[in-house]
Amino acid sequence: MQLLLQNITHHYGGTTVLDDISLTVDDGEIVCIVGPSGCGKSTLLRIAGGLEKPDQGQALLAGPEPDGSLNPLTYIFQDFALLPWRSVEGNVSLVLEDHGIAAAERRAIIADVLARTNLSDFAKALPRQLSGGMKQRVAIARALAVKPAIMLMDEPLSALDSQTRELLMDDLVTLWTRERFSACYVTHNLNEAVRLGRRIIVLSRRPGRIRDVVEIDMPLAERADRLAELETLQRRVWEIMREEAREADREISDVA
Amino acid sequence: MSHDATHEQPATDAATANESGQRPVPFRGGGFVHRSLGPVAPLVFLAILAVWELGSRSGFISPIALPAPSEAFGALVDLFQTGMLWKHLGASLYRLVVGWTLGSLLGIAVGLFIGLFSLARAGLLPLVSALFPVPKIALLPLFIIWFGIGEGSKVATILFGTFFPTVIATYGGVDNVDRNLIRMGQSFGMSWLSIVRKIILPGAMPAILSGFRISASIAIVLLVAAEMIGAEFGVGAYILMAGALFALDQLIAGVALLSLIGLIIAWLIGKLEKRLLSWRT
Repeated sequence: MQLLLQNITHHYGGTTVLDDISLTVDDGEIVCIVGPSGCGKSTLLRIAGGLEKPDQGQALLAGPEPDGSLNPLTYIFQDFALLPWRSVEGNVSLVLEDHGIAAAERRAIIADVLARTNLSDFAKALPRQLSGGMKQRVAIARALAVKPAIMLMDEPLSALDSQTRELLMDDLVTLWTRERFSACYVTHNLNEAVRLGRRIIVLSRRPGRIRDVVEIDMPLAERADRLAELETLQRRVWEIMREEAREADREISDVA
Repeated sequence: MSHDATHEQPATDAATANESGQRPVPFRGGGFVHRSLGPVAPLVFLAILAVWELGSRSGFISPIALPAPSEAFGALVDLFQTGMLWKHLGASLYRLVVGWTLGSLLGIAVGLFIGLFSLARAGLLPLVSALFPVPKIALLPLFIIWFGIGEGSKVATILFGTFFPTVIATYGGVDNVDRNLIRMGQSFGMSWLSIVRKIILPGAMPAILSGFRISASIAIVLLVAAEMIGAEFGVGAYILMAGALFALDQLIAGVALLSLIGLIIAWLIGKLEKRLLSWRT
């Protein structure tokens, strides 16, 4: 399934946050969106997932939904968005309960996704007992449970320390190699972008426009061993962004 | 338990400095931490009672001003032996339980409406703000006309008294539910009812339970007011009767009963919090 954003323009109050943005996420492709803070990355992602309506332009889906997908567009949030009063399995169960799945089958799905994210031993734990990395793994397990066609990832690793981030990045690469999910991955971390992105879309500061698109052909699984080449790419993306980031840093924010 | 500042004798630099001029970094931390001191509360309570009793026996406290604790205890024993204790307690607890339960249920329902619907908030919130500060005791004559001189008016007084704080606690709790959790629910295509039931209501539960603590105390305060008129039995009626006769030992005994009810309710709500909010640290 494909996700197409066409000429998205959006305002908050009098401020334009997104200006005429068009992009496509193809089947099995991870598209990274980077940009300076406040450039509307998260707004773009909310529009892509139907949580917000753009003032102009439209978000479209193309192609058939994959078999058995309960929620084709599925988010992974920066702050994990786990219910603190539900255990790990309860949090996964939450998103299945509205779909009229028989209890036995639901238990099977939960066991399956927890096994795939190495969380089986933590099924009964509460979120407050888990580290940040484990919480995000639970959120990934929850997303996998609804068999998404496209994952919308909003700075999924930004709340984690850098060692945990490395570990989760490896997890994501392994997962992608196995399942070839498509994703729209918003981040301000250029290292994540070059490690995970098939394409990197660089946004300008507010109003967010597409500054440049960097394509990376290197297979995802090889990237951990070819960091030197990625370093060059990362520097190239940073060169594109540097001025924008400097200017964005000096702006007075009046948009939430 | 307060924010105790620990005062430790600062070691004099000269004394501890060795020949190379090394000295320990002066300790400036500590304090401002609560320790749980279990037996302090009963000790304070017993100490006050002891001083009071001593004061009464020595004649320092005049029996006209304040009867001795032993006399009040005697009145309690008297109540117990005549079997009137259970009659008074039974009547009062019935009014408390019915009034508080109905008031809380209605309060949670209206609070949810105000928290969830803009129209309800615009329409009902000013009304709540206008009616909350009205002393329900002042409305007692009205309640008697509306609900009768029997149990109706007494239950209604407690009901209205507990309703408003519950409304405010509930809608405040709903407002404080993490918006991101709601967005998460929407992004997974959860139904509106599921989001309210599984995300908003549990998220508002801490606020609702602390509202219960306040509304339960208000209910006890209003109990005495509600039993002012036309109540034959009830702890409040007993206290008022004792007051009218200047039977101060009975008055103190009745007040002690109310305090006891308050303590037990607070303990029960604490239990409920432990059960429902075990997910919090």
